[in-house]
Amino acid sequence: MNKAIIATTSLAGCFGCHMSFLDIDEKILDLIELVEFNKSPINDIKKFTKMCDIGLIEGGCCNDENVHILKDFRAHCKILVSFGECAIMGGLPALRNTIPLQECLDEAYLNGPSVVGNNEKGIIPNDEELPVLLNKVYPCHEVVRIDYHLPGCPPKAELIWEALYALVTGNPLKLPYEIIKFD
Amino acid sequence: MDKTVDVIIKKFNADKTRLMDILIDTQDEFGFIHESAADQISNTLDISRVDLEQTISFYHFFSTKPRGKYTVYINNSVVAHMAGRKDVVKAFEIEAGCKIGQVSHDGLIGLFNTSCIGMSDQEPSAIINGVVFTRLTRFRVKEIVKNIRAGIKVEDMFQASYGDGNNSLEIIKAVVNNHIMKKGPVLSLDYTFGNAILKIIKQNPKDVIEEVKLSNIRGRGGAGFPTGLKWDFCRQSIGERRYIFCNADEGEPGTFKDRVIMTERPRLLFEGMVVAAYAVGASEGILYLRYEYKYLHKYLDSILEEMRHMHFLGKNIGGKKGFDFDVRIQLGAGAYVCGEESALIESAEGKRGEPRDRPPFPVEKGYLGQPTIVNNVETLCAVVKVVLNGGDWYKSFGTSVSTGTKLLSVSGDCRYPGVYEVEWGFSVDDILEMIGAEQVQAIQVGGPSGTCIGPNEFDRILGYEDLATGGSMIVINNKRDILKDIVLNFTEFFIEESCGSCTPCRTLPILMKDKLIKIIEGKGVMQDLMDIERWSGIMKANRCGLGHTALNPILSTLKNFRHLYLDKIQKGVEFDTGFRLEEATKIGRLVTNRN
Repeated sequence: MNKAIIATTSLAGCFGCHMSFLDIDEKILDLIELVEFNKSPINDIKKFTKMCDIGLIEGGCCNDENVHILKDFRAHCKILVSFGECAIMGGLPALRNTIPLQECLDEAYLNGPSVVGNNEKGIIPNDEELPVLLNKVYPCHEVVRIDYHLPGCPPKAELIWEALYALVTGNPLKLPYEIIKFD
Repeated sequence: MDKTVDVIIKKFNADKTRLMDILIDTQDEFGFIHESAADQISNTLDISRVDLEQTISFYHFFSTKPRGKYTVYINNSVVAHMAGRKDVVKAFEIEAGCKIGQVSHDGLIGLFNTSCIGMSDQEPSAIINGVVFTRLTRFRVKEIVKNIRAGIKVEDMFQASYGDGNNSLEIIKAVVNNHIMKKGPVLSLDYTFGNAILKIIKQNPKDVIEEVKLSNIRGRGGAGFPTGLKWDFCRQSIGERRYIFCNADEGEPGTFKDRVIMTERPRLLFEGMVVAAYAVGASEGILYLRYEYKYLHKYLDSILEEMRHMHFLGKNIGGKKGFDFDVRIQLGAGAYVCGEESALIESAEGKRGEPRDRPPFPVEKGYLGQPTIVNNVETLCAVVKVVLNGGDWYKSFGTSVSTGTKLLSVSGDCRYPGVYEVEWGFSVDDILEMIGAEQVQAIQVGGPSGTCIGPNEFDRILGYEDLATGGSMIVINNKRDILKDIVLNFTEFFIEESCGSCTPCRTLPILMKDKLIKIIEGKGVMQDLMDIERWSGIMKANRCGLGHTALNPILSTLKNFRHLYLDKIQKGVEFDTGFRLEEATKIGRLVTNRN
């Protein structure tokens, strides 16, 4: 059997979901028997080199770069999975969604107590290298089609493992209550 | 400690259940509820600060920040928009120098939106410091703001004359018109005040209930529960005392018939409450009056006083020993959901107007845990006529399933908006002819929570067997964009008015509004229409009628005006989230000067 090819990325997230992924511990040895990694921060492959079977997305979209990467993933992955609260709902970064972007930036760079007097020219960072912020933080499925959602903040390692295993082998997903209970 | 607040609290005996009244008086006195006033109320009444906070934040007309010396609440209903609200808002914003939702820099004028204030036959309208202004124009707005700047009191800003009928009475003095276009047995003047009371006190209460049952009259607020049955349940429930509530929280956009009844037939209404009290054995009555109709408060109070003098209220009513009953008026403070009977009771107890879980129903455990009946204004009026003329007489009107008459509140695109009392069984076509409506694209029957029908259904009849309605009829002509002008506004109304208790009602209308906007903007796909239909099933899980019907504006038009949706969605596109990078980065690029 050919190994399934997977890719992962962290958009507007904290890498916590990737950390949880690594919490599968010794199962990583089983995993590597099952799959081959393409673009991912885990192996530091920066560009897609081939079509992938599964893409795991951590984090939502808070700037244009996130959107480009997400669309690139959609174009290169047969199955796309939002994993973790931020990818599914926007998560912590989406707390800014109730405040207009202009106000957020004014507070951060012009009027905040820590910047008063330290930004005399009143500059809001605008270097071309910097991604442009979106008007609000979007969950991934509001930007591209997402096939599956793995909830959790972060999703438990067992859940990630079980989901990947099920996707790769075609076996039904085992979802005991304990791994999807959050309170 | 503030003396004024202390006086207000004492006026209501520091009674927790009168919190609404205390907050209303505090708000009226200071223009907002100051933190120290809130502390004082919370301490004196022994209510936790959080409990107080949640009551204050629930109602539109309470605020913890100043809303201007003159607070202008501009009606935001569909009919107001039809009548040119946009120009009026713009004129207010220019003249006052602030945007809607804000207070002018000098603190003089505050501009705010508010849900339907029950003036749909005379829009655009606004409430300024409790005084209703109707038929506003740009010119009139200029005059008003000029008067405000000159320091003239709102009460003195009247136009050429006051409204028709009792609206001109010294005690009301409102620039509001009744527009009674058609009278029937309920509105008919063929009635002598007190005769019903004098008749029933000679009867056994059970016989009164039997007569009401015989008439087959059903609740006129919209839900249509058989009145006689409700009374019977209440009579049979065990409790220390019983309560009669009159629901005058007429909040369904497009409805205003209760306002007209209370202006022109208040004695009939209160007599109905006395009849109900005798039938179920109640000792106290409460008229829950929506804040928007506060201008009728003094007048209604004066009628109650008159009734006490006539021995139609108080002890030994009509000379009947042991028949004691009195009525007080409870003001609301702006919340559509309080029209739901259990929410209304919660509100009258001084709490957030959140509907209760049922059972127990109010007839078993209602106000203060005692058996309570809540009847609509119109129902109580009709009952008096039933008692006087008999159930069989009442049944001679209407159809076999829907007996009697219904007061319709007609508004929108027609020549003669106003109140029409018609027998059940009239077809929509009959009504349209009567009200002078032409080139009609649709009729919204029963307000936003009702249904929107097109010309192919205009032969349907009004009645519980076909088109049930609480009375709101909004006519929509063929110049209107139904999705943008009507459905979107209604959906926003439900989002605004949800109490937030049940998750589907709190969240789904917002998701649906996003979908609707997506469709209106031409980004929609077939999947969106399917999602709307599939997802909406969960609304049944909500606790109250508002939650059950909050998606009706979308669902009923999706069913009856499907072509409007199909015309807007993209052809040949299967999937589109509606996300456009260009639009999403617009502000970000603007703020950082990057293009």
